[in-house]
Amino acid sequence: MLRYAIRRFLSLLLSLGVASVVIFLAIEVVPGDPAAVMLGVNAAEDTLAALRAELGLDQGLLPRYLDWAGGMLRGDFGVSYTYRTPVAEMVADRLWISLPLALYALTLSTLIAFPVGILAAARRGGAADLGIIGVTQIGIAVPNFWFAMILVAIFAINLGWFSAGGFPGWEGGLLAGLKALTLPAIALALPQASILARVMRSALIDTLGEDFVRTARAKGLSPGQALRRHALRNALIPVLTILGLQFSFLLAGAIIIENVFFLPGLGRMVFQAIAQRDLIVVESVVMLLVFAVILVTFLVDLAYAWVDPRLRGGR
Amino acid sequence: MHRMLTAAATLSLALGSAAAAQTSITIGMQLEPPHLDPTSAAAAAIDEVVYANVYEGLTRFGPDGSIHPGLAESWEIADDGLSYTFTLRPGVLFHDGATFTADDVAFTFERILADESTNAQKALYSAIDSVNVIDDRTVEITLERPNGALLFNLAWGDAVIIDPSDVETLQTKPVGTGPFMFSDWVQGDRVELVRNPDYWGEPAPLERATFKFISDPTAAFAAMMAGDIDAFPVYPAPENLAQFESDPRFRVLVGSTEGETILSMNNGVEPFNDIRVRQAVAHAIDRQAVIDGAMFGYGTPIGTHFAPHHPAYVDLTGLSAHDPERAKELLAEAGYPDGFTTTLKLPPPSYARRGGEIIAAQLRAVGIEAEIVNLEWAQWLEEVFRGKDFGLTIVSHTEPLDIGIYARPDYYFQYDDPVMQALNTGLEFMANPEDRNVVLGAMQDRIARQYVVGFLFQLAKTGVANARIEGLWENSPTQANDLTQVRWAE
Repeated sequence: MLRYAIRRFLSLLLSLGVASVVIFLAIEVVPGDPAAVMLGVNAAEDTLAALRAELGLDQGLLPRYLDWAGGMLRGDFGVSYTYRTPVAEMVADRLWISLPLALYALTLSTLIAFPVGILAAARRGGAADLGIIGVTQIGIAVPNFWFAMILVAIFAINLGWFSAGGFPGWEGGLLAGLKALTLPAIALALPQASILARVMRSALIDTLGEDFVRTARAKGLSPGQALRRHALRNALIPVLTILGLQFSFLLAGAIIIENVFFLPGLGRMVFQAIAQRDLIVVESVVMLLVFAVILVTFLVDLAYAWVDPRLRGGR
Repeated sequence: MHRMLTAAATLSLALGSAAAAQTSITIGMQLEPPHLDPTSAAAAAIDEVVYANVYEGLTRFGPDGSIHPGLAESWEIADDGLSYTFTLRPGVLFHDGATFTADDVAFTFERILADESTNAQKALYSAIDSVNVIDDRTVEITLERPNGALLFNLAWGDAVIIDPSDVETLQTKPVGTGPFMFSDWVQGDRVELVRNPDYWGEPAPLERATFKFISDPTAAFAAMMAGDIDAFPVYPAPENLAQFESDPRFRVLVGSTEGETILSMNNGVEPFNDIRVRQAVAHAIDRQAVIDGAMFGYGTPIGTHFAPHHPAYVDLTGLSAHDPERAKELLAEAGYPDGFTTTLKLPPPSYARRGGEIIAAQLRAVGIEAEIVNLEWAQWLEEVFRGKDFGLTIVSHTEPLDIGIYARPDYYFQYDDPVMQALNTGLEFMANPEDRNVVLGAMQDRIARQYVVGFLFQLAKTGVANARIEGLWENSPTQANDLTQVRWAE
C-alpha cells in the first residue's frame, strides 16, 4: 500500500510540474502587455518601461518562470500586478466565499437529490418516477445562471426577502453571510441535484436487481426494507464519485453565478484578472485549481485502493 | 397578489430607510478599481471612487468641465506664460493629520516627473521644468515651454496632491485632503468612505458612501430594482433605461461625457492614405442609425473630434453628412470603382461591437467590404493601438480635450499633417481661454475637412438613481463620481 501511495504521489508531482509549465506558457504567450493595459492610451514609452521594470516584466521567460514556480514551492504566489497585494492573501480572502458557497450548494444538492432519487427508484415506472425524470431533465438542461436570474426576480426584486447579490462579509455574522449565499447556492445546486438524483435513481435500480437484494427479499424483507438496509449502501459508491467531481466543479465553475450575484469569490477574481491582464493572478489561481483537482484524484485513487486491494498491484 | 407584495416590500423599504436617517449612499460601478492611487494608473474606476472625494489637486473640474480652484485658492501667470505662482489654501490637513504645505506640491510633481514614474499621464506635465517652494503657502511652477492647458491638466486625477509619508500605501489605503476619508475596501465587492470631520471646506452632506462593484448588466438591473444600490451613475444596460424612466422610484440621468466615439482609419496605409477614400467612408456612415441601433438612441452626433458641450465646439457634422451616392463617386475617383476589402477591428465595449455591425453594413452599401475582427481590450491595445495593424477600428476617446492627438504623427491613426501640428504648437502658447477657443476651432475644422477619421458620436453618460438623490453629476467632464454635493431630499 505504501509503495503504491509513493508511486501515485510521484506521479502527482510530475503532473503538477508539467501543468505549471503549460499554464505559464499558455498565459504568457497570449498577446497583451499588462503594463499597457494598466497605463492606458496616453502613456509614454518611458512610463511603460518603468512599470514593466517594476513588475519584473522586462526579464526573459525562463527567469520569470523560475521565479514564479520557485515562489509557489515556498507558498509565495507573488504580487498581483493590478492590486499590488500578495496573490496568496487575495486567494485566501476569496476562498472564504467560494468554499462555503460550494459546500452550501453541495449540501443543498445532496439534500434534494437523495430523497428524490430514492423515491424515483422505489416507485420505478410510476407517476412519481416519470415526473421526477421529467423535472430533472429540465434541471440538467437549463443553465444555472438562468435559475439565478429567476430567483433574483422573484425573491429579491418582487418579494424583497433577499438582496439581489453582494456579500456583507462573515464579520457581519454567520446568518447574514449564509443569507447572502442562499440564492446563489440554490441556483448552483438545482442542476447538480438533478444530475445527482438521476445517478442515485439508476444506481439504486441497478443494485435492486442484484442477487443479494433478491436474497434479502426472499428472507422476507419488504421492498422498502431491502432498499434501505442493503441496496442504498451499495448504490452510494457511484453517487459519492459524482459528488466528489461536483465539488471541484462547483469551486472552479461558479464564475457565472458569482457574476450574476456579484459575489467577491474566486471565480469572479479570475474573470477580472484575465480582463486586466493580471497574469500572475490568473496563473496562480489556475495552478491552485489544478492542484486541487489532482489532489482529489490522488485521494480518490488511494481510497479505491484501500477498498479494493486488487488495484494496488499492477500498473 | 404580486402587486400587493411589491407594495409591501416598497413600504417596508421606505420605513426601514426612514428610521435610519438618510446620510449614506451606495453607488454602483461596473468596474472595480485595481488600486486607489490615481497617480499611477490609467483606470477610470480609480478616479470614479477617489476623485474630489478623497484626493484633491491644485485645480479641480466643475460638473460642466470648467476649471475651479482646488487646493490652490488663486494663481498668477507670468506674462511670458512660463511661470505659474499658486497661493495655497490655509488650514488644510491630510487625513492622517499632516498639514498640507507647498512641500507636498513639490513632492507630488517631482514624483510624477521622475524617471521611474508610472504616472499614466506623465506627458501632460512634461513641460514642467521645476516646482519651487517659495514659502509654506506659495509654490511656483516654471515651464520649459508654454503650456496653455496647464491649469486644465492640473485638475486631472493624475495630479492630485499626496502626502510624502503615505506614498507607499496609497494604493490600498489612500490618504488625501478631500471631504471623505477612506474607510474600508473589501476587494471584489466594495470600497467605503466616511465623512472627513476636519475638512477645510464645506463639509459633505453625506456621512458615508459605499461604492459597490457589479460588472454584470443583469445583476446591475436587479440590484437597482431590489434597492441594494442607490445610484448607478454609469449604468451598463441602456436597454433598461425606459423601464426605469417609467418608474417613479427612479430618475434617469442623461448627460454628456468626454468620449468622442470615432471610426478610426489607418491614414498611414493604402487605401486610407487617400483623402478621397477617407471622405467616402465618412459619407457612407449614417450616424443617427448607429446611435439608434447601437446606443438605444443615446449619444450626440459629432463631425469633428470635440465635445459638443465645450464652449469652443463647432458643429461640423454637415461636412460628413450621410450620402452613399457621393461616397461611391469618391471611391471611383480614388480608383476603387468596385470598392475594396479592409479590416474592422473592434474592442469589447458594446458601442464598438454593436456599432461595428451597423457600420460594416453601411460600408458594404457603398462597396467597402469591412471584415469584422473582435478583439479583447489588451489585444486591441497591442495590435491596433501600438502595433498600428488595422484598416478601421471603432473606439471612444475619453480623455478630456484631447484634440492634440491629431498633431502626433506616431499616433495610431498615423495622421501626419504639418498644419495641424503648427496649430497645436500655437495652442500651447496660449493660456487665455478666448484665444485658445479660436485655435481650437481652427483645429476642429482642419481635421474635419481632412476626414482623418469617421466622426460618429459623443458618448452619452446614462445613469440611474433613486429619485430622492440630489447633486449627482449628470455630465462626466472627467471620470469621477464627485459626491461633495450629494444629498437625500427630505
